[in-house]
Amino acid sequence: MSELIITGLRASVGGTEILRGVDLTIRSGEVHAIMGPNGAGKSTLSHVLLGKPGYEVTAGSVKLDGVDLLAMETWQRAQAGLFLGMQYPTEVPGVSLLDMLNASFAANQRLSDDMVASIRHEAERIGFDEKFLQRPLNVDLSGGEKKRNETLQLGVLRPKIAILDELDSGLDVDALRMVSQRIEAATEEDNLGVLVITHYSRLLEELRPDRVHVLAKGQIVKSGGAELADELEETGYAAYGGNDEPLVDGKRSLQDGETFADMFADPLA
Amino acid sequence: MSFSPETAAQLPAGARRLDLATTALDAPLPSDSAEEWRYSPVTRLDLDRYSPQLHPPGPQVPESELAKGCGASAIVQIDNGWVTSIAVTAGAKASGLEISLADWSDTSGDLADSNSLDQLHSAFTPGALTISLVANAVLTDPVRILSSQTGSDVASFPFIQVSVGDGAELSVIERQISGEDPGLTISRVHLTVGANATLHHSTLQSVGSMHWHLARHTTSVGEGAHLRAAIASFGGSYARLRTDADLVGRGASGELLAVYFGDADQVHDFRTFQHHSARNTQSDLVFKGTLDDRAGSIYTGMVQIHPNGAGTLANQTNHNIKLSDEAWAWSVPNLEIENNDVRCSHASTVSPVDADQRFYLHARGVPPVEADKLIVAGFFREVLDRFPVELRDEISALVSAKLDTGSSSRAVAS
Repeated sequence: MSELIITGLRASVGGTEILRGVDLTIRSGEVHAIMGPNGAGKSTLSHVLLGKPGYEVTAGSVKLDGVDLLAMETWQRAQAGLFLGMQYPTEVPGVSLLDMLNASFAANQRLSDDMVASIRHEAERIGFDEKFLQRPLNVDLSGGEKKRNETLQLGVLRPKIAILDELDSGLDVDALRMVSQRIEAATEEDNLGVLVITHYSRLLEELRPDRVHVLAKGQIVKSGGAELADELEETGYAAYGGNDEPLVDGKRSLQDGETFADMFADPLA
Repeated sequence: MSFSPETAAQLPAGARRLDLATTALDAPLPSDSAEEWRYSPVTRLDLDRYSPQLHPPGPQVPESELAKGCGASAIVQIDNGWVTSIAVTAGAKASGLEISLADWSDTSGDLADSNSLDQLHSAFTPGALTISLVANAVLTDPVRILSSQTGSDVASFPFIQVSVGDGAELSVIERQISGEDPGLTISRVHLTVGANATLHHSTLQSVGSMHWHLARHTTSVGEGAHLRAAIASFGGSYARLRTDADLVGRGASGELLAVYFGDADQVHDFRTFQHHSARNTQSDLVFKGTLDDRAGSIYTGMVQIHPNGAGTLANQTNHNIKLSDEAWAWSVPNLEIENNDVRCSHASTVSPVDADQRFYLHARGVPPVEADKLIVAGFFREVLDRFPVELRDEISALVSAKLDTGSSSRAVAS
């Protein structure tokens, strides 16, 4: 039984406070969803939890089974059992999946004799074409293939807690289902605790959350059961200070003064 | 024995060298005020500290070096610039491979922008090693050359000429090593590729850290012929290579590849010329380097398309990773196009290890030093995959060793 406890977490980027006191506890086997308008701090939360450079934690604590994660470097947090499935998985030219996973296992003296078999097995479970296994990490992969690749790594690394940032972006319906089923299976087989970060409720139809939290202006302003996601689908985030209008078919239209590019802009840029 | 016309006269065909040696030694040495040597430490070259090697030394090459790589059509040893051993397999001989020493003559005038170092090379080289393969012969095993330098403050002047007959195929692999004593090598390589022939010429330079290694490669690629010239530059205090790739025949193509890694105070210096002087010629230049500590690199390249170079495809790429704040890299690609029917591209970058790539690997549990090793190895892989298989592991090991000792590994680890 593992437990990730986030208490009073505040963080800034370039002097601007993005997280303004986040409290959240995720236990093994649970699926939590964080939803919220653009700019609420969802991706910042995921990056701060993994210690991405450029984010300054100004207050609060993050503990995994009592161990202070904030005192650790990123790689140590990963070794401690935290996994981040990235919204935009980075291309790493010339570095293979196998090289990376071997290096990760070696750093913790985990045995990796059956690494290749394990990778193949995971690829099969989520319908990830084996030909992609030879490619350098994320290079020349479509958006959906990148997300499958992230899920595959989750399966091989078997973390305690996984943070999945916009896992659904780039995935078609079939792929979304396979990936969701794999993660759901991990919550049962490996007792994985999951924090999914998503803007839309589409993902949550496949991966049913135990708890849904609304993050707005750097704080969790409302928590509830899976029905909260359905409610947000209807009402949008306007009530939470977001500029989003109700979602139509999982899409939203441009707001006044907003350009198309703004919808995809990195809030930190 | 210092440099003088009289010492040159002690070499084979000595009497004929006198005038050239006099001219070479009277001329000023190159200076970094000339564009060709800009940013380089050439002004610090102190010729007087070195002595030319006037007699063939006994073979110095350790047997472990000779055993590297399996299968060879021939093995040649060069010690301090002198060819000390030539062994050609009976099969390669029967196929038409001939390796010999050419009679000495002054060939410095053949070079474009010939300078006093080129003349010095011509005046003091013991003679040219000549490797030639007859037309239509195909050798699967490479010709292996081991160039070694030993002794303190020795200057050596190796000279290699390779000529591949029409339709023939040959691979030449040269390893260059030296001890940790200060030394100077001024070398020259000339490659001639006949019509529809293929030549792969690969060099692994891993001389000692006190060594100055100044090389000039000239190539002439004939009609429909293909040249792949690859250099891995790891050793030396100052290592320079000027390459003149002349695509002279219709449809000739050339790949120019380099990987280099500088650490401590090393300087790696590359000047390249891609001359397209015939129709439908292609060239692809990819040079990739990593600089650690206070090391630097210079890349200056020129793609030159002559008026009759219609249909040219030319690419020129130089990418550098800086592992420390004090490391430096100059990268200056140039184009000179005198025909409109061409497609040219060039790109150059100098940047630290990509922060997002680092974060991605760290987030999967890979420790920082290992992550940087993977990223740098990955950065080189695209080029390394075009090197002969037998050199790839050796080069990867050299990269890994440099990453283990450089200040970047200590900085990341702290």
